[in-house]
Amino acid sequence: MKPIKMALLLSSSIALAGQGALAQGDYSRFGIKEDLPGTCSYAEIDKKDYSGKTLNIITHAIPVMGEPTALHAKQFSELTGAEVNVVHVPFGDLFQRIMIPFQTGQNAYDVMFYGSLWIGDLNPFLEPVPEFYRNSTGMKDVTPNYIGVASWGDQMVQYPVDGDRHYLKYRTDVFDNPELQAKYKEATGKELKVPATWEEYNEVAAFFTDWDWDGDGEKNYGSAEVVKRDDLMFSAFISRVAPFAKHPDVKGGFFFDLETMEPLVNTPGWVRGLELFVEAQKTFPPGGNNFGLGDEIFSFGGGQTLMSYSWDDAYIQAMQPDSRIRDKVAAAPLPGSYEVWNRETGQWDRFDEPNRAPYITWGWTAAVSKSSQVKEVAFDFLCFFSNEANTLSDLQIGRFGVNPYRNSHFTLDLWQDKLGWSEKSAQTYIDTLSGMDLSRNRVFDLRVPGVNQFMSALAVGVSEALAGQKTPQEALDGVAEQWRAIVDRIGKDTVREAYAKVVALEDNLQ
Amino acid sequence: MYRDKYFFLLPGLVVLIAIIIFPLLFTIRVSFSSWDVFQPGLDYIGGRNFARVFEDTRFWESLLRLSVLSVSSVLLQYVIGFALALAVWREIRFRRFFRVLFLVPMMTTPVVMSVIWRTIFHESLGPANDILQAIGLGTVPWLSTGTAAFISVLIVEVWQWTPFMFLLLLAGLVSLPREPYLAAAIDGAGPIRTFLQVTFPLMAPITIGAIIIRLIEASKIMETVYVMTSGGPGTATETSSYYIYIRGLRDFQIGYSAALSLTYLVIMIVSLTIIAKVLARMLLPREG
Repeated sequence: MKPIKMALLLSSSIALAGQGALAQGDYSRFGIKEDLPGTCSYAEIDKKDYSGKTLNIITHAIPVMGEPTALHAKQFSELTGAEVNVVHVPFGDLFQRIMIPFQTGQNAYDVMFYGSLWIGDLNPFLEPVPEFYRNSTGMKDVTPNYIGVASWGDQMVQYPVDGDRHYLKYRTDVFDNPELQAKYKEATGKELKVPATWEEYNEVAAFFTDWDWDGDGEKNYGSAEVVKRDDLMFSAFISRVAPFAKHPDVKGGFFFDLETMEPLVNTPGWVRGLELFVEAQKTFPPGGNNFGLGDEIFSFGGGQTLMSYSWDDAYIQAMQPDSRIRDKVAAAPLPGSYEVWNRETGQWDRFDEPNRAPYITWGWTAAVSKSSQVKEVAFDFLCFFSNEANTLSDLQIGRFGVNPYRNSHFTLDLWQDKLGWSEKSAQTYIDTLSGMDLSRNRVFDLRVPGVNQFMSALAVGVSEALAGQKTPQEALDGVAEQWRAIVDRIGKDTVREAYAKVVALEDNLQ
Repeated sequence: MYRDKYFFLLPGLVVLIAIIIFPLLFTIRVSFSSWDVFQPGLDYIGGRNFARVFEDTRFWESLLRLSVLSVSSVLLQYVIGFALALAVWREIRFRRFFRVLFLVPMMTTPVVMSVIWRTIFHESLGPANDILQAIGLGTVPWLSTGTAAFISVLIVEVWQWTPFMFLLLLAGLVSLPREPYLAAAIDGAGPIRTFLQVTFPLMAPITIGAIIIRLIEASKIMETVYVMTSGGPGTATETSSYYIYIRGLRDFQIGYSAALSLTYLVIMIVSLTIIAKVLARMLLPREG
């Protein structure tokens, strides 16, 4: 090839590359490192013109989910010309602020951000996600668990923007410490290992309670848990109960017997879970039996306790760059149980390996109102909110409350290279979270009409047992009685129809 | 022409209807409906919600708890408020400063103060236990046992609302006539006798008013319970208003919570009327 021809080719290639870069655009002014290709990338949304259109959004208070909503709303408005109004509401008021306009026929909000467990109440008012968005690049990457969480039967009515689950978090500087291992063995005659059952969890937690095992001059404790009534405690309790009551070979319901709609909440598996929950209180820090989610995050994330379990927040807190326990934590599946209650035979079944029942607990989700006049704008906003660049950026900001829910989020590259986590902290986190997608014995929330009523009754009963006002059996008998009354009020068939959709997920039929 | 004057009443009447009469009538209507999360709208189910109220032991227990909490907190507020009012009523140094200082808790936002008190009472990280330990008294399970949590809520209520009592009682003291005190001084009465036989009787009408106003307010206690304990441990600090909130806005049982609210309203009107009459009989001088 002649030099002159070579030079021409080279210059045209450079020009083409330059054009490409121009088409991609520079969107770093929006706070992202770079735009990433995808259905609703910055470049794609930039092509839309929604001038003169108004989008009304209701979301949680800042920062958790409220801050990313406000941020992406502003970006969306700048890119498309749409007017975007965001209303922030505390969690305790969020349900009624969404529900009242729906029930009274007002078109108050086009887009709602809320807890995914309310799907049983809200689904009649939600617009199904159109095929275009179901086939978007972002959606194709969402893991099956969160497609399930977003779906009502065979229809997707919620837009996945977050992934939540409960899992175990523990201190590696204790479990991997030979001195502490020896000390534990000397005292208990057992090897110190990451608890595989809830009994082991309580035993290990009890040993590491009320003494300074990290040498900072302050006493440490075994376990931090979400125990405060009406502060998401019901979710913590379900995590503890699941392996005792979710039998892998018994289908047809975890909360109710789907056939009879008789509550299972006072069956021996549930009672055993509550007994161990009550017992675990002696391993909590002082005041630990009034800990809400914030206290649990602060206690484990701040280095006070050895173990914890709930959402991602405590782990992320512990892994903050300024945390004194950064890279001294690891994740593991929730403890299980060797014995599982079989409600069909009315007996405890013994397993060689602990039965694990991952709890795919509720998290943040979003949806578009059926009565919205700007549905296309609304879905474009949600697609943009969760586009590849935004999600990657949001995952890295702990206070945003956006947790992994796509296959691409479970790569070492993201957590180790981009966030600088140690290999063990990153690998156990990825393995634990992604492993839950593979489980065939999952527990989902009770996604039926009136879920708040059921969970409120459950929280009070559990709280009464924790406070010693009732025995675990008495407390759960009381909950079962209330659940029957709620089912009677709502209508057995209505609850059954909705519950069947939960059972379909749990029994892997969907 | 003569009737035109009634038009001047119209703005006030409209406001009255809009903010008091209409919501009350609407609540009554809602209480006879099954409006719930799964049943929107105003159907008619007769008195079923009210029948359910009478069987709801959690509501009655919360009402009993509320009675104990509000009566004890208002009594403490009265005693402390009266003592503070007497202290700054007299000519003392920095009197104006103290008057403003005593009012600070009342001027703060209840939710914010509850969050601060919750931090103070935090059993492993809060200053309350640090101070107790420093002086060798050991720690207190402020929010994690039923009795202690109840007392903690009581402390916050007393702290927050004693200034209101102080303000009313100080205004009463300042407006008292001087002559009875001159007469008492001439008779050689000491400070205790003057207080018991002059100040306290003269303050009786204000005392009754202050206690009733505070009882009305205290019976609506909500923020402190919501933030500090969520009604727990168990149901140890669950008051009626918090319970109605849970039923109405968390559970979204709108019809039932309307029935609870109306039942609660009637009980409050009756019991406060009785308390006012009893206090008047005890404290006010009998005519003739």
